[in-house]
Amino acid sequence: MFLRKLTLVNFRNYPEAELNLDPFANAFTGGNGEGKTNLLDAVHYLSMCKSYFNPIDAQSIRFGEDFFMIQGSFELNQNTENIHCGIKRNQKKVFKRNQKEYDRLADHIGLLPVVMVSPTDTSLITEGSEERRKFLDSIISQYDKLYLDDLILYSRVLTQRNAILKQAAQSRTFEQEAISPWDLQLIRLAEKIHFVRKKFIAELIPIFQHYYSFISGAKENVEVHYESQLNAGDFAVLLEKSIGKDRALQYTSVGIHKDDLAFHIHGVPVKRFASQGQQKSFLIALKLAQFDFIRNIKGIKPILLLDDIFDKLDDLRVARLMELVSKDNFGQLLISDTHPERIRKIFEDIGRSIRCFSVESGTVKADENSIAEKI
Amino acid sequence: MAEFSRLPGIGKRTALRLVLHLLKTAPEEPEKLGNALVRLRKEIRYCSICHNITERETCAICSNPRRDDAVICVVEDIRDVIAIENTNQYNGKYHVLGGIISPMDGIGPSDLAIDSLLVRLKEHPVRELIMALSATMEGDTTAFFIFKKIAALSLPDIRFSTIARGVSVGDELEYADEVTLGRSILHRVPYENSIPK
Repeated sequence: MFLRKLTLVNFRNYPEAELNLDPFANAFTGGNGEGKTNLLDAVHYLSMCKSYFNPIDAQSIRFGEDFFMIQGSFELNQNTENIHCGIKRNQKKVFKRNQKEYDRLADHIGLLPVVMVSPTDTSLITEGSEERRKFLDSIISQYDKLYLDDLILYSRVLTQRNAILKQAAQSRTFEQEAISPWDLQLIRLAEKIHFVRKKFIAELIPIFQHYYSFISGAKENVEVHYESQLNAGDFAVLLEKSIGKDRALQYTSVGIHKDDLAFHIHGVPVKRFASQGQQKSFLIALKLAQFDFIRNIKGIKPILLLDDIFDKLDDLRVARLMELVSKDNFGQLLISDTHPERIRKIFEDIGRSIRCFSVESGTVKADENSIAEKI
Repeated sequence: MAEFSRLPGIGKRTALRLVLHLLKTAPEEPEKLGNALVRLRKEIRYCSICHNITERETCAICSNPRRDDAVICVVEDIRDVIAIENTNQYNGKYHVLGGIISPMDGIGPSDLAIDSLLVRLKEHPVRELIMALSATMEGDTTAFFIFKKIAALSLPDIRFSTIARGVSVGDELEYADEVTLGRSILHRVPYENSIPK
């Protein structure tokens, strides 16, 4: 699967742009703020129906305009898939596949998978547990729709249960009878979600470790642990034990909504003890593991979007990474870099061609020599 | 106009259209409507047994001797009674809860006609109780709450059942939504149960 052609209208700093992409490797080069990342994000939009960076669609409309449009012509199993994304201020977002509009965006997500690696991924390490649960859930939901449904139901039951706790505190009357039917639903859903997460992480860990040791080249020992209150035992017992605390707090203090992932390097937390470069390698390995997972489940190689990955990595790690992602088990690559010479040199060294585009304040031009090479 | 727009589903524009329409029609038309509205609250009330709507003390279904007394179908509201009646497949009685448990909307068990159901069952034991509630988290929780309450009464030989859920009749599998289809596979039924009767 690859993106053949990308067309933008009024998207962020692009009034209009049209690019013909290489099925293998593409680089967008230019200075800061010229619009390299926006091109990667446009591809993310076409795949996931939303920006990787900004949850508010209207903020991606070019300043002073009232709509934006992204179109992509993909090649999927020898068929052309034309995807259209249109967003108009104060209107519903429109997604079309081959001129036919989707009723639900969820039906589109997963058709053309992408994996984005970006400097903002550090939030996975530095931010709270919610970021890490989101990371887990977004991967699992791509192949298990029942899991997604269970998650939605779980959060609904949780809201209902918390409403009971709040009302009980206000009225100073508490009936176990009113809360127990919700507990039963909560337990059933939490156990299912816990089981799926545990299984997923167990499968993810070896893939992740493989990629990390490849990038780092050294024998750095990295680990990912799934931390859940449910690991310790019966959730029903936990809920029962914490009811006094829950009533005082007026919300539910135990459950899979408190799950977390612990990242370790040589037995100590990555957040506090790893260098910037190690953290970056850690995140890239995690994203590549995600890539592997999606590819194995869907049987399609996702498009890999690498945003500004050369920052903070030493040359050896960069070279290893590029060597890895240009191998056969990876698909189309879209890379952004501030130095046109660097990326060209790296690909020359590994003996692969790359199509380069220069990006300058909302215009994008294919570098002639890189196209000439292809012909 | 202000009165019309207080009704559900009617905004200012529709209200204006209704008023202008009534002004145009023959003078007896608005009067008929007005009388009907007055009679609505005077003559129609809730059935003292099942909380369905009726013009008498008990509704046409509860007072019909040909309907099976020993089966009660528990539904959320009157629209559900009408929907099930339209299928012509059910010959038992009903019990209308008047809503569904949802703490976040401030609806608890005491806001629903659950106690009257318990009283009804104690006075006239039944053979089967059918839960026909929405296939939502709230519907399931309400059903479970009622089930627990009734189980605590330890009535003899009562059977609980719930309406089947899954792929719609006449639907092709490829068009069924993934979640429904996934659950239909998980909760598959023995083939004998699915042979058309």
